[in-house]
Amino acid sequence: MKGRAILAAVALAALVVPLAAPAYYALLMLPFMAYAVVLLGLNLLFGYTGLVSFGHALFVGIGAYTGAFLTTHTAVRSLEVILLTAGVLGAAAAALVGALCVRYVKIYFGMLTLAFGMVFYTFLLKFYRLTGGDEGMRVLRPTLLGIDLDAMPKTDYLVGVLVVATLVMWRIVHSPFGLCLRTVRDNPAKAEALGLGVARFRWHAFVISAVYAALGGALLGPPTGTVDPTLAYWTQSGNIVFMTLLGGFASFFGPVLGAFVFIFLQDSVMSVLTYWRLVFGAILAAIVIFAPGGLMGLFARGRAA
Amino acid sequence: MILEARDVTRFYGAYRALDGVSLGVDDGELVSIIGPNGAGKSTLINVLTGVLAPTSGVVRFKGHDIHGIGTAALARLGMARSFQLVHVFPDLTVIETLQAAVVSRLGRGTRLFVSLARDREVHHQAIEVAELFGLAGKRHELARHLAQGDKKLLDVASAFALRPELILLDEPTSGVATAEKTAIMEILVGASRRIGCRAIIQVEHDMDIVFGYSDRIIALHEGRVLADGAPDAIRADRHVVDTVIGRPAAGRPVLPRAPTAPSDPVSAEGRGLRVPGHP
Repeated sequence: MKGRAILAAVALAALVVPLAAPAYYALLMLPFMAYAVVLLGLNLLFGYTGLVSFGHALFVGIGAYTGAFLTTHTAVRSLEVILLTAGVLGAAAAALVGALCVRYVKIYFGMLTLAFGMVFYTFLLKFYRLTGGDEGMRVLRPTLLGIDLDAMPKTDYLVGVLVVATLVMWRIVHSPFGLCLRTVRDNPAKAEALGLGVARFRWHAFVISAVYAALGGALLGPPTGTVDPTLAYWTQSGNIVFMTLLGGFASFFGPVLGAFVFIFLQDSVMSVLTYWRLVFGAILAAIVIFAPGGLMGLFARGRAA
Repeated sequence: MILEARDVTRFYGAYRALDGVSLGVDDGELVSIIGPNGAGKSTLINVLTGVLAPTSGVVRFKGHDIHGIGTAALARLGMARSFQLVHVFPDLTVIETLQAAVVSRLGRGTRLFVSLARDREVHHQAIEVAELFGLAGKRHELARHLAQGDKKLLDVASAFALRPELILLDEPTSGVATAEKTAIMEILVGASRRIGCRAIIQVEHDMDIVFGYSDRIIALHEGRVLADGAPDAIRADRHVVDTVIGRPAAGRPVLPRAPTAPSDPVSAEGRGLRVPGHP
Protein backbone atom coordinates (compact mmCIF):
# COMPACT_ATOMS: atom_id res chain seq x y z
CA MET A 1 0.00 0.00 0.00
CA LYS A 2 1.56 3.23 -1.20
CA GLY A 3 -0.76 5.31 0.98
CA ARG A 4 0.19 3.49 4.17
CA ALA A 5 3.88 3.95 3.40
CA ILE A 6 3.45 7.71 3.02
CA LEU A 7 1.37 7.77 6.18
CA ALA A 8 4.09 6.00 8.13
CA ALA A 9 6.79 8.25 6.69
CA VAL A 10 4.92 11.41 7.66
CA ALA A 11 4.29 10.15 11.18
CA LEU A 12 7.94 9.19 11.56
CA ALA A 13 9.12 12.55 10.23
CA ALA A 14 6.78 14.36 12.60
CA LEU A 15 8.30 12.46 15.52
CA VAL A 16 11.95 12.61 14.50
CA VAL A 17 12.28 16.12 13.05
CA PRO A 18 11.54 17.90 16.34
CA LEU A 19 14.22 15.82 18.07
CA ALA A 20 16.87 16.14 15.39
CA ALA A 21 16.28 19.69 14.22
CA PRO A 22 17.59 22.77 16.04
CA ALA A 23 15.26 23.99 18.75
CA TYR A 24 14.13 26.97 16.69
CA TYR A 25 12.86 24.80 13.84
CA ALA A 26 11.26 22.44 16.29
CA LEU A 27 9.36 25.50 17.51
CA LEU A 28 8.10 26.14 13.98
CA MET A 29 6.73 22.61 13.94
CA LEU A 30 4.10 23.70 16.47
CA PRO A 31 2.06 25.95 14.18
CA PHE A 32 2.77 23.62 11.27
CA MET A 33 1.10 20.69 12.97
CA ALA A 34 -1.84 22.77 14.11
CA TYR A 35 -2.32 24.04 10.54
CA ALA A 36 -1.89 20.54 9.18
CA VAL A 37 -4.97 19.50 11.16
CA VAL A 38 -6.89 22.50 9.80
CA LEU A 39 -5.87 21.67 6.25
CA LEU A 40 -6.78 18.00 6.42
CA GLY A 41 -10.29 19.22 7.11
CA LEU A 42 -10.30 22.05 4.59
CA ASN A 43 -9.25 19.67 1.86
CA LEU A 44 -12.17 17.35 2.51
CA LEU A 45 -14.25 20.31 1.38
CA PHE A 46 -11.87 21.70 -1.25
CA GLY A 47 -10.18 18.71 -2.88
CA TYR A 48 -12.80 16.05 -2.31
CA THR A 49 -16.09 17.94 -2.45
CA GLY A 50 -15.08 20.75 -4.79
CA LEU A 51 -16.08 23.67 -2.58
CA VAL A 52 -13.62 26.48 -1.83
CA SER A 53 -14.28 28.15 1.50
CA PHE A 54 -12.85 31.60 2.15
CA GLY A 55 -14.22 31.63 5.65
CA HIS A 56 -12.61 28.75 7.45
CA ALA A 57 -10.74 31.13 9.73
CA LEU A 58 -14.13 31.41 11.43
CA PHE A 59 -13.77 27.86 12.70
CA VAL A 60 -10.06 28.24 13.44
CA GLY A 61 -11.06 31.25 15.53
CA ILE A 62 -13.78 29.33 17.32
CA GLY A 63 -11.31 26.61 18.24
CA ALA A 64 -8.60 29.03 19.39
CA TYR A 65 -10.97 31.15 21.48
CA THR A 66 -12.56 28.05 22.99
CA GLY A 67 -9.19 27.18 24.50
CA ALA A 68 -8.64 30.75 25.67
CA PHE A 69 -12.10 31.10 27.15
CA LEU A 70 -12.05 27.79 28.97
CA THR A 71 -8.62 28.27 30.51
CA THR A 72 -9.13 31.91 31.57
CA HIS A 73 -12.80 31.91 32.56
CA THR A 74 -13.20 28.40 33.93
CA ALA A 75 -11.07 25.94 35.83
CA VAL A 76 -10.69 23.73 32.78
CA ARG A 77 -7.05 23.06 31.87
CA SER A 78 -7.43 19.69 30.20
CA LEU A 79 -6.51 19.74 26.52
CA GLU A 80 -8.85 16.80 25.91
CA VAL A 81 -11.80 18.85 27.16
CA ILE A 82 -10.65 21.89 25.19
CA LEU A 83 -10.38 19.90 21.97
CA LEU A 84 -13.72 18.22 22.53
CA THR A 85 -15.44 21.53 23.24
CA ALA A 86 -13.76 23.19 20.26
CA GLY A 87 -14.89 20.36 18.00
CA VAL A 88 -18.47 20.50 19.26
CA LEU A 89 -18.67 24.30 18.97
CA GLY A 90 -17.06 24.21 15.51
CA ALA A 91 -19.58 21.59 14.40
CA ALA A 92 -22.50 23.56 15.82
CA ALA A 93 -21.44 26.78 14.11
CA ALA A 94 -20.75 24.95 10.85
CA ALA A 95 -24.11 23.20 10.96
CA LEU A 96 -25.83 26.59 10.88
CA VAL A 97 -23.45 28.42 8.53
CA GLY A 98 -23.18 25.37 6.27
CA ALA A 99 -26.93 24.93 6.00
CA LEU A 100 -27.04 28.37 4.36
CA CYS A 101 -23.79 28.18 2.38
CA VAL A 102 -24.09 24.77 0.71
CA ARG A 103 -27.12 25.94 -1.26
CA TYR A 104 -24.64 27.91 -3.33
CA VAL A 105 -21.60 26.83 -5.28
CA LYS A 106 -18.43 28.31 -6.72
CA ILE A 107 -17.87 32.01 -6.08
CA TYR A 108 -21.21 32.45 -4.27
CA PHE A 109 -20.28 29.75 -1.77
CA GLY A 110 -16.85 31.33 -1.30
CA MET A 111 -18.27 34.83 -0.79
CA LEU A 112 -20.90 33.63 1.65
CA THR A 113 -18.35 31.79 3.78
CA LEU A 114 -16.16 34.90 3.64
CA ALA A 115 -19.08 37.00 4.87
CA PHE A 116 -19.75 34.73 7.84
CA GLY A 117 -16.03 34.76 8.65
CA MET A 118 -16.03 38.55 8.71
CA VAL A 119 -19.06 38.64 10.97
CA PHE A 120 -17.25 36.46 13.49
CA TYR A 121 -14.06 38.52 13.20
CA THR A 122 -16.04 41.67 13.94
CA PHE A 123 -17.65 39.94 16.90
CA LEU A 124 -14.21 39.06 18.31
CA LEU A 125 -13.01 42.62 17.74
CA LYS A 126 -15.99 44.47 19.16
CA PHE A 127 -17.21 42.37 22.07
CA TYR A 128 -14.29 43.53 24.09
CA ARG A 129 -15.47 42.36 27.50
CA LEU A 130 -15.88 38.82 26.31
CA THR A 131 -13.05 38.49 23.81
CA GLY A 132 -10.49 41.11 24.77
CA GLY A 133 -10.99 42.91 21.47
CA ASP A 134 -7.90 43.43 19.35
CA GLU A 135 -5.63 42.51 22.26
CA GLY A 136 -7.02 39.00 22.27
CA MET A 137 -7.00 36.63 25.21
CA ARG A 138 -4.51 34.57 27.09
CA VAL A 139 -4.45 30.81 26.84
CA LEU A 140 -3.33 29.33 30.14
CA ARG A 141 -1.12 26.30 29.95
CA PRO A 142 -3.29 23.21 29.45
CA THR A 143 -2.65 19.69 30.63
CA LEU A 144 -2.86 16.44 28.74
CA LEU A 145 -3.97 13.29 30.57
CA GLY A 146 -3.44 15.31 33.74
CA ILE A 147 0.20 16.09 32.92
CA ASP A 148 1.40 19.66 32.48
CA LEU A 149 2.26 20.20 28.81
CA ASP A 150 5.58 21.78 29.77
CA ALA A 151 6.59 18.55 31.42
CA MET A 152 6.66 16.73 28.10
CA PRO A 153 8.55 17.32 24.85
CA LYS A 154 6.95 20.33 23.20
CA THR A 155 5.69 18.71 20.05
CA ASP A 156 4.68 15.27 21.20
CA TYR A 157 1.06 16.01 22.02
CA LEU A 158 0.68 17.79 18.68
CA VAL A 159 2.15 14.84 16.84
CA GLY A 160 -0.33 12.62 18.63
CA VAL A 161 -3.32 14.75 17.66
CA LEU A 162 -2.06 15.12 14.08
CA VAL A 163 -1.56 11.39 13.66
CA VAL A 164 -5.02 10.59 14.99
CA ALA A 165 -6.57 13.34 12.84
CA THR A 166 -4.73 12.01 9.79
CA LEU A 167 -5.83 8.42 10.35
CA VAL A 168 -9.45 9.43 10.85
CA MET A 169 -9.42 11.62 7.72
CA TRP A 170 -7.72 8.86 5.75
CA ARG A 171 -10.55 6.55 6.75
CA ILE A 172 -13.20 9.13 5.83
CA VAL A 173 -11.90 9.83 2.32
CA HIS A 174 -11.63 6.11 1.59
CA SER A 175 -15.11 5.32 2.87
CA PRO A 176 -18.33 5.05 0.86
CA PHE A 177 -19.06 8.56 2.12
CA GLY A 178 -15.76 9.80 0.69
CA LEU A 179 -16.64 8.32 -2.69
CA CYS A 180 -20.00 10.10 -2.63
CA LEU A 181 -18.25 13.41 -1.94
CA ARG A 182 -16.14 12.91 -5.07
CA THR A 183 -19.23 12.25 -7.19
CA VAL A 184 -20.63 15.53 -5.89
CA ARG A 185 -17.39 17.31 -6.82
CA ASP A 186 -17.22 15.81 -10.31
CA ASN A 187 -20.82 16.09 -11.46
CA PRO A 188 -23.57 17.17 -9.05
CA ALA A 189 -26.40 16.60 -11.55
CA LYS A 190 -25.27 13.05 -12.19
CA ALA A 191 -24.83 12.45 -8.45
CA GLU A 192 -28.44 13.54 -7.91
CA ALA A 193 -29.57 11.22 -10.69
CA LEU A 194 -27.86 8.37 -8.84
CA GLY A 195 -29.89 9.20 -5.75
CA LEU A 196 -27.10 10.97 -3.87
CA GLY A 197 -28.42 14.09 -2.16
CA VAL A 198 -25.83 16.67 -3.18
CA ALA A 199 -26.75 19.38 -0.66
CA ARG A 200 -26.67 16.90 2.20
CA PHE A 201 -23.21 15.59 1.29
CA ARG A 202 -21.87 19.13 0.93
CA TRP A 203 -23.27 19.99 4.33
CA HIS A 204 -21.69 16.93 5.98
CA ALA A 205 -18.33 17.72 4.39
CA PHE A 206 -18.62 21.33 5.55
CA VAL A 207 -19.32 20.33 9.15
CA ILE A 208 -16.49 17.76 9.27
CA SER A 209 -14.02 20.22 7.78
CA ALA A 210 -15.09 22.82 10.36
CA VAL A 211 -14.49 20.37 13.21
CA TYR A 212 -10.96 19.88 11.92
CA ALA A 213 -10.48 23.63 11.60
CA ALA A 214 -11.68 24.14 15.18
CA LEU A 215 -9.39 21.40 16.51
CA GLY A 216 -6.45 22.93 14.65
CA GLY A 217 -7.40 26.34 16.00
CA ALA A 218 -7.48 25.00 19.56
CA LEU A 219 -3.95 23.66 19.02
CA LEU A 220 -2.66 27.04 17.82
CA GLY A 221 -3.23 28.78 21.16
CA PRO A 222 -1.25 26.81 23.76
CA PRO A 223 2.24 27.14 22.18
CA THR A 224 2.09 30.95 22.13
CA GLY A 225 -0.16 31.37 25.13
CA THR A 226 -2.34 33.96 23.38
CA VAL A 227 -5.04 34.20 20.76
CA ASP A 228 -6.14 37.33 18.94
CA PRO A 229 -8.72 38.21 16.25
CA THR A 230 -6.20 37.96 13.38
CA LEU A 231 -6.60 34.20 13.73
CA ALA A 232 -10.13 34.66 12.45
CA TYR A 233 -9.39 37.42 9.93
CA TRP A 234 -10.02 36.77 6.25
CA THR A 235 -6.30 36.78 5.47
CA GLN A 236 -6.09 33.71 7.66
CA SER A 237 -8.73 32.02 5.48
CA GLY A 238 -6.70 33.11 2.50
CA ASN A 239 -3.51 31.67 3.98
CA ILE A 240 -4.99 28.23 4.50
CA VAL A 241 -6.40 28.21 0.97
CA PHE A 242 -2.90 29.25 -0.18
CA MET A 243 -1.33 26.38 1.77
CA THR A 244 -3.76 23.98 0.14
CA LEU A 245 -2.92 25.24 -3.35
CA LEU A 246 0.79 25.28 -2.56
CA GLY A 247 0.85 21.63 -1.56
CA GLY A 248 -1.81 20.50 -4.01
CA PHE A 249 -5.47 19.94 -3.21
CA ALA A 250 -5.62 16.92 -5.47
CA SER A 251 -3.76 14.67 -3.09
CA PHE A 252 -4.39 13.63 0.47
CA PHE A 253 -1.05 14.85 1.85
CA GLY A 254 -0.67 17.83 -0.47
CA PRO A 255 -2.20 20.37 1.91
CA VAL A 256 -0.11 19.07 4.83
CA LEU A 257 3.00 19.52 2.73
CA GLY A 258 1.69 22.96 1.80
CA ALA A 259 1.38 23.92 5.45
CA PHE A 260 4.92 22.75 6.11
CA VAL A 261 6.43 24.69 3.21
CA PHE A 262 4.32 27.76 3.96
CA ILE A 263 5.32 27.97 7.62
CA PHE A 264 9.02 27.52 6.96
CA LEU A 265 9.02 29.74 3.88
CA GLN A 266 7.14 32.47 5.70
CA ASP A 267 9.65 32.34 8.52
CA SER A 268 12.70 32.49 6.29
CA VAL A 269 11.36 35.12 3.88
CA MET A 270 10.04 37.31 6.68
CA SER A 271 13.42 37.39 8.36
CA VAL A 272 15.17 38.83 5.29
CA LEU A 273 12.47 40.81 3.55
CA THR A 274 9.87 43.25 4.81
CA TYR A 275 7.75 42.73 1.74
CA TRP A 276 7.35 39.00 2.22
CA ARG A 277 3.76 39.14 1.02
CA LEU A 278 5.08 40.26 -2.36
CA VAL A 279 7.13 37.09 -2.61
CA PHE A 280 4.19 34.96 -1.51
CA GLY A 281 1.93 36.58 -4.06
CA ALA A 282 4.42 35.78 -6.80
CA ILE A 283 4.67 32.18 -5.60
CA LEU A 284 0.90 31.81 -5.56
CA ALA A 285 0.62 33.19 -9.10
CA ALA A 286 3.37 30.87 -10.30
CA ILE A 287 1.66 27.84 -8.76
CA VAL A 288 -1.73 28.60 -10.23
CA ILE A 289 -0.25 29.16 -13.68
CA PHE A 290 2.53 26.59 -13.90
CA ALA A 291 1.70 23.93 -11.33
CA PRO A 292 -2.05 23.79 -10.69
CA GLY A 293 -1.46 20.46 -8.96
CA GLY A 294 0.75 22.15 -6.38
CA LEU A 295 3.99 20.67 -5.06
CA MET A 296 2.47 17.19 -4.87
CA GLY A 297 1.32 17.57 -8.46
CA LEU A 298 4.95 17.97 -9.49
CA PHE A 299 5.69 14.53 -8.09
CA ALA A 300 2.57 12.63 -9.02
CA ARG A 301 -0.23 13.21 -11.46
CA GLY A 302 -3.89 12.47 -10.83
CA ARG A 303 -6.64 13.74 -8.61
CA ALA A 304 -7.61 13.01 -5.05
CA ALA A 305 -8.48 9.36 -4.85
CA MET B 1 -49.16 0.97 -14.27
CA ILE B 2 -45.69 2.00 -13.14
CA LEU B 3 -45.59 5.48 -14.62
CA GLU B 4 -48.47 7.68 -15.60
CA ALA B 5 -48.65 11.21 -16.97
CA ARG B 6 -52.03 12.88 -17.08
CA ASP B 7 -52.74 15.95 -19.16
CA VAL B 8 -49.22 17.35 -18.73
CA THR B 9 -48.56 20.83 -20.07
CA ARG B 10 -45.28 22.65 -19.90
CA PHE B 11 -44.63 26.22 -20.94
CA TYR B 12 -41.31 27.97 -21.48
CA GLY B 13 -42.45 31.55 -21.20
CA ALA B 14 -45.19 31.76 -23.80
CA TYR B 15 -43.93 28.73 -25.72
CA ARG B 16 -45.91 25.56 -25.14
CA ALA B 17 -43.39 22.70 -25.21
CA LEU B 18 -45.88 20.10 -23.98
CA ASP B 19 -49.58 20.44 -24.62
CA GLY B 20 -51.80 18.05 -22.72
CA VAL B 21 -49.68 14.92 -22.88
CA SER B 22 -51.14 11.79 -21.31
CA LEU B 23 -49.38 8.46 -21.31
CA GLY B 24 -48.89 5.36 -19.24
CA VAL B 25 -46.20 2.72 -18.99
CA ASP B 26 -46.96 -0.79 -17.79
CA ASP B 27 -44.83 -3.56 -16.33
CA GLY B 28 -42.58 -5.28 -18.83
CA GLU B 29 -42.81 -2.62 -21.51
CA LEU B 30 -40.09 -0.96 -23.53
CA VAL B 31 -41.63 2.28 -24.72
CA SER B 32 -39.96 4.53 -27.26
CA ILE B 33 -40.74 8.19 -27.57
CA ILE B 34 -40.16 9.51 -31.07
CA GLY B 35 -40.70 12.81 -32.78
CA PRO B 36 -38.88 15.49 -34.74
CA ASN B 37 -36.59 18.00 -33.05
CA GLY B 38 -38.62 20.43 -30.98
CA ALA B 39 -41.48 17.97 -30.58
CA GLY B 40 -40.95 18.09 -26.81
CA LYS B 41 -39.27 14.72 -26.26
CA SER B 42 -36.58 15.83 -23.88
CA THR B 43 -38.96 18.19 -22.10
CA LEU B 44 -41.20 15.19 -21.60
CA ILE B 45 -38.32 13.09 -20.23
CA ASN B 46 -37.37 15.93 -17.89
CA VAL B 47 -40.95 16.23 -16.66
CA LEU B 48 -41.29 12.46 -16.24
CA THR B 49 -38.07 12.39 -14.19
CA GLY B 50 -39.08 15.35 -12.05
CA VAL B 51 -36.27 17.60 -13.30
CA LEU B 52 -38.87 20.01 -14.66
CA ALA B 53 -42.20 20.62 -12.99
CA PRO B 54 -45.17 20.51 -15.34
CA THR B 55 -47.01 23.81 -15.69
CA SER B 56 -50.20 21.80 -15.25
CA GLY B 57 -51.07 18.15 -15.07
CA VAL B 58 -49.68 15.40 -12.92
CA VAL B 59 -47.02 12.66 -13.18
CA ARG B 60 -47.31 9.57 -11.01
CA PHE B 61 -44.58 7.01 -10.40
CA LYS B 62 -45.80 3.84 -8.71
CA GLY B 63 -48.84 5.83 -7.66
CA HIS B 64 -46.85 8.71 -6.06
CA ASP B 65 -47.27 12.20 -7.44
CA ILE B 66 -43.64 13.08 -8.18
CA HIS B 67 -44.15 16.85 -7.97
CA GLY B 68 -41.36 18.42 -5.91
CA ILE B 69 -39.97 15.06 -4.86
CA GLY B 70 -36.50 15.75 -6.27
CA THR B 71 -34.23 13.75 -8.55
CA ALA B 72 -32.28 12.04 -5.77
CA ALA B 73 -35.38 10.90 -3.89
CA LEU B 74 -36.94 9.67 -7.12
CA ALA B 75 -33.83 7.62 -7.84
CA ARG B 76 -34.11 6.06 -4.39
CA LEU B 77 -37.76 5.31 -5.13
CA GLY B 78 -36.70 3.23 -8.12
CA MET B 79 -36.54 5.52 -11.14
CA ALA B 80 -33.20 5.96 -12.88
CA ARG B 81 -32.20 7.89 -15.94
CA SER B 82 -29.34 8.45 -18.31
CA PHE B 83 -28.69 11.70 -20.07
CA GLN B 84 -28.77 12.76 -23.69
CA LEU B 85 -25.39 14.40 -23.33
CA VAL B 86 -23.01 12.06 -21.62
CA HIS B 87 -22.83 12.56 -17.86
CA VAL B 88 -19.89 10.89 -16.15
CA PHE B 89 -17.70 11.64 -13.14
CA PRO B 90 -14.50 12.64 -15.00
CA ASP B 91 -12.07 11.88 -12.18
CA LEU B 92 -13.64 8.66 -10.98
CA THR B 93 -12.72 5.30 -12.42
CA VAL B 94 -15.30 3.05 -14.06
CA ILE B 95 -15.53 0.83 -11.00
CA GLU B 96 -15.77 3.81 -8.62
CA THR B 97 -18.63 5.24 -10.66
CA LEU B 98 -20.54 1.98 -10.41
CA GLN B 99 -19.63 1.63 -6.73
CA ALA B 100 -21.10 5.07 -6.11
CA ALA B 101 -24.39 3.94 -7.63
CA VAL B 102 -24.39 0.75 -5.55
CA VAL B 103 -23.52 2.69 -2.39
CA SER B 104 -26.45 4.96 -3.14
CA ARG B 105 -28.83 2.05 -3.71
CA LEU B 106 -27.78 0.29 -0.52
CA GLY B 107 -28.05 3.54 1.44
CA ARG B 108 -24.43 3.35 2.57
CA GLY B 109 -23.46 6.91 1.64
CA THR B 110 -23.36 7.94 5.28
CA ARG B 111 -20.81 5.29 6.27
CA LEU B 112 -17.87 7.47 7.22
CA PHE B 113 -15.54 5.15 9.03
CA VAL B 114 -15.63 1.93 7.04
CA SER B 115 -13.36 1.06 4.17
CA LEU B 116 -14.97 1.12 0.75
CA ALA B 117 -12.29 -1.24 -0.53
CA ARG B 118 -13.35 -3.85 2.02
CA ASP B 119 -17.05 -3.66 1.21
CA ARG B 120 -17.34 -6.89 -0.78
CA GLU B 121 -21.04 -6.50 -1.45
CA VAL B 122 -20.60 -3.08 -3.09
CA HIS B 123 -17.61 -4.34 -5.03
CA HIS B 124 -19.36 -7.47 -6.31
CA GLN B 125 -22.44 -5.63 -7.47
CA ALA B 126 -20.35 -2.99 -9.21
CA ILE B 127 -18.26 -5.65 -10.98
CA GLU B 128 -21.42 -7.47 -11.97
CA VAL B 129 -22.78 -4.39 -13.73
CA ALA B 130 -19.38 -3.66 -15.27
CA GLU B 131 -19.38 -7.15 -16.75
CA LEU B 132 -22.95 -6.81 -18.05
CA PHE B 133 -21.90 -3.70 -19.93
CA GLY B 134 -18.56 -5.02 -21.09
CA LEU B 135 -16.66 -2.47 -18.99
CA ALA B 136 -14.97 -4.89 -16.61
CA GLY B 137 -11.69 -4.76 -18.52
CA LYS B 138 -11.60 -0.97 -18.21
CA ARG B 139 -12.66 -0.81 -14.58
CA HIS B 140 -9.58 1.08 -13.39
CA GLU B 141 -9.67 3.68 -16.14
CA LEU B 142 -10.75 7.22 -15.33
CA ALA B 143 -14.08 8.07 -16.90
CA ARG B 144 -12.59 11.06 -18.71
CA HIS B 145 -10.12 8.80 -20.48
CA LEU B 146 -12.83 6.55 -21.92
CA ALA B 147 -13.88 6.65 -25.55
CA GLN B 148 -17.18 8.42 -26.20
CA GLY B 149 -19.07 5.15 -26.68
CA ASP B 150 -17.75 3.76 -23.40
CA LYS B 151 -18.67 6.97 -21.58
CA LYS B 152 -22.19 6.54 -22.86
CA LEU B 153 -22.21 2.92 -21.70
CA LEU B 154 -20.87 3.93 -18.29
CA ASP B 155 -23.57 6.58 -17.92
CA VAL B 156 -26.26 4.01 -18.68
CA ALA B 157 -24.52 1.31 -16.63
CA SER B 158 -24.45 3.52 -13.54
CA ALA B 159 -28.21 4.02 -13.90
CA PHE B 160 -28.63 0.24 -14.11
CA ALA B 161 -26.42 -0.23 -11.06
CA LEU B 162 -29.22 1.40 -9.07
CA ARG B 163 -31.35 -1.63 -9.99
CA PRO B 164 -34.24 0.67 -10.82
CA GLU B 165 -37.77 -0.49 -11.47
CA LEU B 166 -38.10 2.04 -14.25
CA ILE B 167 -35.33 3.45 -16.37
CA LEU B 168 -35.52 6.42 -18.73
CA LEU B 169 -32.88 6.63 -21.40
CA ASP B 170 -32.45 9.87 -23.29
CA GLU B 171 -31.06 8.78 -26.66
CA PRO B 172 -29.02 5.81 -25.41
CA THR B 173 -27.44 5.21 -28.82
CA SER B 174 -26.90 8.78 -30.02
CA GLY B 175 -23.37 9.61 -31.02
CA VAL B 176 -22.57 5.93 -31.40
CA ALA B 177 -21.68 4.26 -34.68
CA THR B 178 -24.62 2.52 -36.35
CA ALA B 179 -22.94 -0.86 -36.05
CA GLU B 180 -22.69 -0.47 -32.26
CA LYS B 181 -26.28 0.63 -31.75
CA THR B 182 -27.72 -2.86 -31.91
CA ALA B 183 -25.01 -4.13 -29.59
CA ILE B 184 -25.88 -1.42 -27.06
CA MET B 185 -29.58 -2.23 -27.27
CA GLU B 186 -28.89 -5.91 -26.75
CA ILE B 187 -26.87 -5.03 -23.65
CA LEU B 188 -29.64 -2.76 -22.35
CA VAL B 189 -32.41 -5.26 -22.84
CA GLY B 190 -30.31 -8.08 -21.39
CA ALA B 191 -29.23 -5.99 -18.41
CA SER B 192 -32.75 -4.83 -17.62
CA ARG B 193 -33.97 -8.43 -17.63
CA ARG B 194 -31.04 -9.43 -15.43
CA ILE B 195 -31.58 -6.78 -12.77
CA GLY B 196 -35.36 -7.10 -12.79
CA CYS B 197 -36.13 -3.68 -14.27
CA ARG B 198 -39.89 -3.44 -14.80
CA ALA B 199 -39.97 -1.00 -17.69
CA ILE B 200 -37.80 1.11 -19.96
CA ILE B 201 -38.68 4.39 -21.59
CA GLN B 202 -36.32 5.68 -24.23
CA VAL B 203 -36.08 8.65 -26.52
CA GLU B 204 -34.61 7.45 -29.76
CA HIS B 205 -34.01 8.79 -33.25
CA ASP B 206 -32.86 5.66 -35.00
CA MET B 207 -36.01 4.11 -36.45
CA ASP B 208 -34.41 0.68 -36.92
CA ILE B 209 -33.75 0.61 -33.18
CA VAL B 210 -37.19 2.01 -32.35
CA PHE B 211 -39.10 -0.50 -34.45
CA GLY B 212 -36.75 -3.34 -33.64
CA TYR B 213 -36.95 -3.12 -29.86
CA SER B 214 -40.09 -1.29 -28.75
CA ASP B 215 -43.21 -2.87 -27.34
CA ARG B 216 -44.94 0.42 -27.81
CA ILE B 217 -44.16 3.68 -29.56
CA ILE B 218 -45.36 7.12 -28.60
CA ALA B 219 -45.07 9.70 -31.36
CA LEU B 220 -44.83 13.33 -30.24
CA HIS B 221 -45.43 16.28 -32.50
CA GLU B 222 -45.54 19.93 -31.45
CA GLY B 223 -45.95 18.95 -27.81
CA ARG B 224 -48.89 16.60 -28.40
CA VAL B 225 -49.18 12.84 -28.53
CA LEU B 226 -49.78 12.14 -32.20
CA ALA B 227 -50.02 8.39 -31.83
CA ASP B 228 -49.51 5.79 -29.13
CA GLY B 229 -49.49 2.12 -30.09
CA ALA B 230 -47.66 -1.04 -31.05
CA PRO B 231 -44.91 -0.73 -33.70
CA ASP B 232 -47.13 -2.31 -36.34
CA ALA B 233 -49.95 0.14 -35.68
CA ILE B 234 -47.53 3.07 -35.80
CA ARG B 235 -46.04 1.86 -39.06
CA ALA B 236 -49.52 1.61 -40.52
CA ASP B 237 -50.45 5.14 -39.40
CA ARG B 238 -49.95 7.27 -42.53
CA HIS B 239 -50.19 10.51 -40.57
CA VAL B 240 -47.41 9.51 -38.19
CA VAL B 241 -45.24 8.23 -40.99
CA ASP B 242 -45.66 11.52 -42.86
CA THR B 243 -45.04 13.89 -39.96
CA VAL B 244 -42.68 12.03 -37.65
CA ILE B 245 -40.94 9.10 -39.24
CA GLY B 246 -40.69 10.24 -42.82
CA ARG B 247 -40.88 8.16 -45.98
CA PRO B 248 -38.14 5.60 -46.32
CA ALA B 249 -35.78 7.01 -48.91
CA ALA B 250 -32.94 4.91 -50.25
CA GLY B 251 -33.87 2.16 -47.85
CA ARG B 252 -33.52 4.19 -44.64
CA PRO B 253 -36.10 6.23 -42.80
CA VAL B 254 -35.45 9.93 -42.94
CA LEU B 255 -36.28 12.22 -40.10
CA PRO B 256 -38.04 15.38 -41.20
CA ARG B 257 -36.57 18.52 -39.71
CA ALA B 258 -39.22 20.55 -37.96
CA PRO B 259 -38.38 24.16 -37.12
CA THR B 260 -36.61 24.18 -33.78
CA ALA B 261 -38.27 26.06 -30.99
CA PRO B 262 -35.78 28.59 -29.61
CA SER B 263 -36.53 27.89 -25.97
CA ASP B 264 -36.52 24.13 -26.21
CA PRO B 265 -33.80 22.97 -23.79
CA VAL B 266 -32.98 20.00 -25.99
CA SER B 267 -31.83 22.04 -28.92
CA ALA B 268 -30.25 24.58 -26.58
CA GLU B 269 -28.15 21.80 -25.12
CA GLY B 270 -27.27 20.60 -28.55
CA ARG B 271 -25.81 23.99 -29.32
CA GLY B 272 -23.57 23.82 -26.31
CA LEU B 273 -25.65 26.12 -24.15
CA ARG B 274 -26.47 25.19 -20.62
CA VAL B 275 -29.73 24.43 -18.99
CA PRO B 276 -30.16 25.17 -15.28
CA GLY B 277 -29.33 22.09 -13.29
CA HIS B 278 -27.37 20.54 -16.16
CA PRO B 279 -23.79 21.66 -15.79
